[in-house]
Amino acid sequence: MSDQLAIAARGLIKRFGEVSAVDGIDLDVPRGMIFAILGPNGAGKTTLMRMLATLSRPDGGSATVMGHDVISAPASVRAAIAMTGQFASLDEDLTGRDNLVLLARLWGFRGHGAKKRADDLLAAFELTDAATRQVKDYSGGMRRRLDIAASLVVTPGVLFLDEPTTGLDPSARQSVWKMIRGLANAGVTILLTTQYLEEADQLAARIAVIDRGKKIAEGTSRELKAQVGSGFLHVHIADQGRIDDAATVLEQHLGHSVRRSAEGGALAVVAGSSAAAAKAVAALTAQGIEVSDFALGSPSLDEVFFSLTGRERAEEEQKQ
Amino acid sequence: MNDASSAVLLGVARPAKPSGFSNALVFGWRAALKFRYVPEQMFDLVMTPIMFTLLFTFVFGGALAGSPAQYLQVFIPGILVQTVSFNAVYSGMGLSADLSKGLFDRFRSLPIWPLSPFAGLMVGDVLRHLIAGAIILSIGLALGYRPGAGLFGVVAAFLMLLAMGFGMGWIFIVLGLLIRTPMTVMTAGFAFLFPLVFASNIMVDPATMPDWLRAFVNVNPVTLMTTAVRGLMNGGATSADVLMALIAPALLTAVMAPLTLWLYLRR
Ligand SMILES: Nc1ncnc2c1ncn2[C@@H]1O[C@H](COP(=O)(O)OP(=O)(O)O)[C@@H](O)[C@H]1O
Ligand SMILES: [Mg+2]
Repeated sequence: MSDQLAIAARGLIKRFGEVSAVDGIDLDVPRGMIFAILGPNGAGKTTLMRMLATLSRPDGGSATVMGHDVISAPASVRAAIAMTGQFASLDEDLTGRDNLVLLARLWGFRGHGAKKRADDLLAAFELTDAATRQVKDYSGGMRRRLDIAASLVVTPGVLFLDEPTTGLDPSARQSVWKMIRGLANAGVTILLTTQYLEEADQLAARIAVIDRGKKIAEGTSRELKAQVGSGFLHVHIADQGRIDDAATVLEQHLGHSVRRSAEGGALAVVAGSSAAAAKAVAALTAQGIEVSDFALGSPSLDEVFFSLTGRERAEEEQKQ
Repeated sequence: MNDASSAVLLGVARPAKPSGFSNALVFGWRAALKFRYVPEQMFDLVMTPIMFTLLFTFVFGGALAGSPAQYLQVFIPGILVQTVSFNAVYSGMGLSADLSKGLFDRFRSLPIWPLSPFAGLMVGDVLRHLIAGAIILSIGLALGYRPGAGLFGVVAAFLMLLAMGFGMGWIFIVLGLLIRTPMTVMTAGFAFLFPLVFASNIMVDPATMPDWLRAFVNVNPVTLMTTAVRGLMNGGATSADVLMALIAPALLTAVMAPLTLWLYLRR
């Protein structure tokens, strides 16, 4: 059974002093899948990934990666994985090519073979032109691509990507996404973490949502949306001054907490049925609150996160 | 990356696992590359010993030994010991920078001999010691220093210096593993090195010091090393001098190498 799984974790725990960074997480990742771990800053994503990549020793629980135990057989796990950490793990003083040649030699490619491997990787990641420049002169997107290339010197069974697109501009993000899809199509199992709900939605076949060290939901993007309830009512209020009143009315009628957009003016809430939604909108109008626009649809993953945790991602990030 | 290029990329066969020695050579190659890509470090490496040698010889030489020429004979072997001691700080700083940038996370997740990254640092150290040592010796020779024991003595002395650099290197590697800011590694390292280097027989004859200080100076490993290096270069070293000088580097390696491995592999 666990032979079919790339990753199988049971009750993983990691504490830093009083903080339980990872607080009993189970995870089953089938081979060949893109699996996303979604959570806000400080949720425990990096800590979880470091335990699976044998960089950090669990304080409790157990895990196997490609059938090898992370605690008792870390060397076998290391031979089967590659990890691209949250921060680029490259030698800034060396050129892009030297960085890859270094790793190719460490994996056992010799002389000309190591240089050829480096050049093939540079070509595949569209870095040939920058090959002989020092990494400290690379842009964020180039660095990220090189960092991922560095994880593919030999083909890993599982590739760990910790926040692969954080801090990238939209076009660099698109190119990293394309690359991740290409790798998955070629059969690499990918476990990635992200704070972006859209990223998980776009890339991953399955998503685990974690918050404060605990897994709070897991499934396909569709299942997560269904778990929260279909029929999300989105309402735009014309008069900003009456947002609070509007939220109170919606909460009273629909019995779910209301999520406000960052800019204000837009409210979203689980409605359940179209009839309930219509009644709630009518109630707003009856209170003299002018509704400029409303729509019933499936929730975005942002809204899923909100209804699972009762908190905004944004406010969590500000606390950090 | 499109599907075609990823298929080519991922289709490659895994090479056979290399030996630990081969891993270490790769890290040595990295250390050598750093000299090419970070030429600034050569400035520190070259200027500091030049300034020390010239200043001490001409400013203090006359007062300390009667004349600059006489002082050179005792001072050149001493400044070699001093320079190697201070040069050992570079690997610790580099290590701390690598760790804080997460570079070592990649190395730690590779199936390689765990001590090999440190072997690479040591290669860098050896190169630095040899470069700085050669510069100092050249200036000394130009100013009139004459090693009484000839070429053989000088080679033997340089081997002793490398042994000391190797021992000292472990101290800074451990500091580099413990401290996440390179500048703090330097400060902590110098706080430890200053008393060792200056309360020694490198610059002055300990006979002029108060008894309590002389008691320390006489057992200071830096003093023992300086005595051996002087004896080897100028003639008159006994095998007891050499053995005494090697105690500290041997002890440091025996204690610090396992500690390094433990600190590095702890997770
Ligand atoms: N080395 C560490 N020492 C102490 N606390 C840590 C350490 N690493 C992480 N933490 C804490 O553990 C929690 C989870 O961190 P992390 O796994 O980095 O979250 P994420 O990657 O989801 O942002 C945070 O509260 C963080 O402050
Ligand atoms: Mg993180």
